[in-house]
Amino acid sequence: MSELKCIHGKADCFYEHYERKGEAQHQTHYCPGCGHGIAHKLLAESIDELGIRDRVILVSPVGCSVFLYYYFDVGNVQVAHGRAPAVATALKRAHPEAIVISYQGDGDLAAIGSAEILHAANRGENYTSIFINNAIYGMTGGQMAPTTLMGNRTTTTPFGRNVFNDGYPLHVSEVIATLEAPVYVERAALGNIKQILQAKKAIKKALETQMKGLGFSMVEILSPCPTIWKMDPVDAQKHVREGLAAVYPLGAKRDRTREAEPRPAPVPAPALEELPRILKLDKGSDTPAPVHHETVDFRVKVAGFGGQGVLLLGQLLAEAGMDYGLEVSWLPSYGPEMRSGTSNCHVRLSNKPVDSPFVSSPNVLIALNEPSLRKFIATVEPGGLVFYNGTTIPADCIRPGLRMHAIPFFSVADELGSTKVGNIVVLGALLSATGVLPLEVVDHALPRVVKAEKWIEIDRLALRRGASLLSPEVPVHV
Amino acid sequence: MPKQLIKGNEALVKGAVLAGCRAFYGYPITPANEIAESAAVYLPQAGGVFLQAESEVAAINMVYGGASAGVRTMTASSGPGMSLMCEGISYIAGAELPCVIANIMRGGPGLGNIAPEQSDYFQAVKGGGHGCYHALVLAPASAQEMCDLTFLGFDLADKYRNPVIVLADGCLGQMMEPVEFPTTPRAPRTPDWAVDGTAATRPNLISSIYLQPDDLEKHVLKLDAKYKRAHIEETRWENYRTDDAELVFVGYGIVARILKSVVEKLRVQGIRAGLLRPITLYPFPTLELRRLAGQAHQFFVVEMSTGQMVEDVRLAVEGRRSVEFYGRCGGNIPTAEEIVEEVFAHV
Repeated sequence: MSELKCIHGKADCFYEHYERKGEAQHQTHYCPGCGHGIAHKLLAESIDELGIRDRVILVSPVGCSVFLYYYFDVGNVQVAHGRAPAVATALKRAHPEAIVISYQGDGDLAAIGSAEILHAANRGENYTSIFINNAIYGMTGGQMAPTTLMGNRTTTTPFGRNVFNDGYPLHVSEVIATLEAPVYVERAALGNIKQILQAKKAIKKALETQMKGLGFSMVEILSPCPTIWKMDPVDAQKHVREGLAAVYPLGAKRDRTREAEPRPAPVPAPALEELPRILKLDKGSDTPAPVHHETVDFRVKVAGFGGQGVLLLGQLLAEAGMDYGLEVSWLPSYGPEMRSGTSNCHVRLSNKPVDSPFVSSPNVLIALNEPSLRKFIATVEPGGLVFYNGTTIPADCIRPGLRMHAIPFFSVADELGSTKVGNIVVLGALLSATGVLPLEVVDHALPRVVKAEKWIEIDRLALRRGASLLSPEVPVHV
Repeated sequence: MPKQLIKGNEALVKGAVLAGCRAFYGYPITPANEIAESAAVYLPQAGGVFLQAESEVAAINMVYGGASAGVRTMTASSGPGMSLMCEGISYIAGAELPCVIANIMRGGPGLGNIAPEQSDYFQAVKGGGHGCYHALVLAPASAQEMCDLTFLGFDLADKYRNPVIVLADGCLGQMMEPVEFPTTPRAPRTPDWAVDGTAATRPNLISSIYLQPDDLEKHVLKLDAKYKRAHIEETRWENYRTDDAELVFVGYGIVARILKSVVEKLRVQGIRAGLLRPITLYPFPTLELRRLAGQAHQFFVVEMSTGQMVEDVRLAVEGRRSVEFYGRCGGNIPTAEEIVEEVFAHV
């Protein structure tokens, strides 16, 4: 009797013993006749033949192939159900030289992870997706998959898959192939030797696509599941050839491997010393600030239409306050309010640490339009100061015990050449009425808030014009 | 380095980049948007990755991938987005991966609103996702701390190989305050357990699967031992005038600042008040509260929620002292004056 000889040994890419598996370390956990064993072998041989084992990061999914890392002697990352494309994205982005391969079943990729695969493919992520489609949930015991054929009975379609209840079998490769970014998408099968050899070719080509940096590649593999299908392995292979392949046609769905350009290489990281410049940390207040012994408690509410420079007015006041050595805070209104056409912000200037940046009872209200005046006038603290952008304060808004000034700030700004600096005119008036900061401190802070050079000069004029407005002839309601 | 008047959300990103963060994966949500927007500006320039994911579910799994690859990685979100991320955070904790997650809390439940609340305390501190795990939770109270605690967060995440949550609120995220940035940036380096596609790391495996009950129990106990160690080594808090305090307020984040004013107002009226501000919400300053329970007669917890942290305060004082609670929610920020009124009404 001649001695039997194994001529095709285990691929180097497989571990010699499956130590992570625990017991029975010489065999896989797959059922007899399962396609995963064949697909693993094709992938392992391809990795060996391409000489990339040290570079491979393999992403194990949830499903029957959850234990991929038992077998492949490569860097391994096991992930949550359906999320392999997201994880693969970040692995590849972190290490573009690595060869990142995700391996997912139909439940994982086509159901729970349908968003992740679609978007990874659409971004053209340069990794390779191996998609095993056996049209059933194997690990959980035979439930319907998105790829289950019409009429098939599963544990969750006991009367057969019904289009009105369950929809149609999902043709993932065809869907992915409609996107612009993917470079190579092919459907292969494990129904016979010829199909298996073609599947290996496809896997290798997908990996080469990634190695060349061309972008997203995916191989869908129609695969037998004799146990759950309740078939013997030979019939199961036949079902792959005649049942699955009839619904899911084999072949390349997209192949741009010839014309695709490599994706741009990442920009080299700058030296650590460059970070302060990149983060603009060099821009800020470097003025030696005076020490304040007097009590300052400025609680300002600025409100008006969007476009009146409400937020900028507040920010400039806070910037200048910081330069002047005061404790400051600025809080804007945000979200839907921002988009309704009105805008307001809260500014605090204090000689003591600011407790809440939220100003519920301001001692200064700047109302740049009538709705803002009406909305906030009742909240102003007795003795508080009110600036209203207008010629007269509406009679029903006059509150005794407040200092109320009505000035058409934006008309004043017009005289200076631009309505846009109306907010700075207000600030000038505020500073002259309160003396909280010298005008020069605002001059110094201006370039940090107002980026365009051309505005700075007119802003400084506006500030001074505003400061001159509070003459005795301006009516004040006290 | 000069002081900058800067939004809390932006200060957080600068702190992250200075801490060596080189990957940000996120999804837009108010009031956390400036974090993703600043990350989109700074990370690519710093040699890092910024990617807007298709969902929070994808974003947190990208964080999982970035962390697996050994890169200091972060994301940021707010209530509804955090709920979607809880699955991924559980996996990150289970696989012992480091990362920083900022939650700029808004009003809930459901869509709620975008105004500040502190109602995600339970979610952040007690778990959120499935299984026996904890994130370390840091609670900044200023724009300066948005930067500093994020910077610290990356070091703690690496030290414990565990997710760190920076738990702030819409107010802290949106407000501008002066910030001084750290002057010694951290250089990115790949830890030896990472999987980076090289021969040296080929034997490495990132996984949270332990099939055998004894194996999983061993793993969970290992995680638990980390959390116990963190309680000893990382618990942080601030005492404000507690030395002689009979009435001790407990509050975190923006509320703690308001409580300092409350303490001052009450002191003027002859009431010996003080404040304990937890800086780490997990690990919680239980022992410090227990110590204060030996001295103070009364505790008063203020939160922007219907009462979440108050449960931890009650556990800490073990029924030895009464613990009063005052909360505002829906996006309302309590004022010092209304808290003082509550004190006189209930204490």
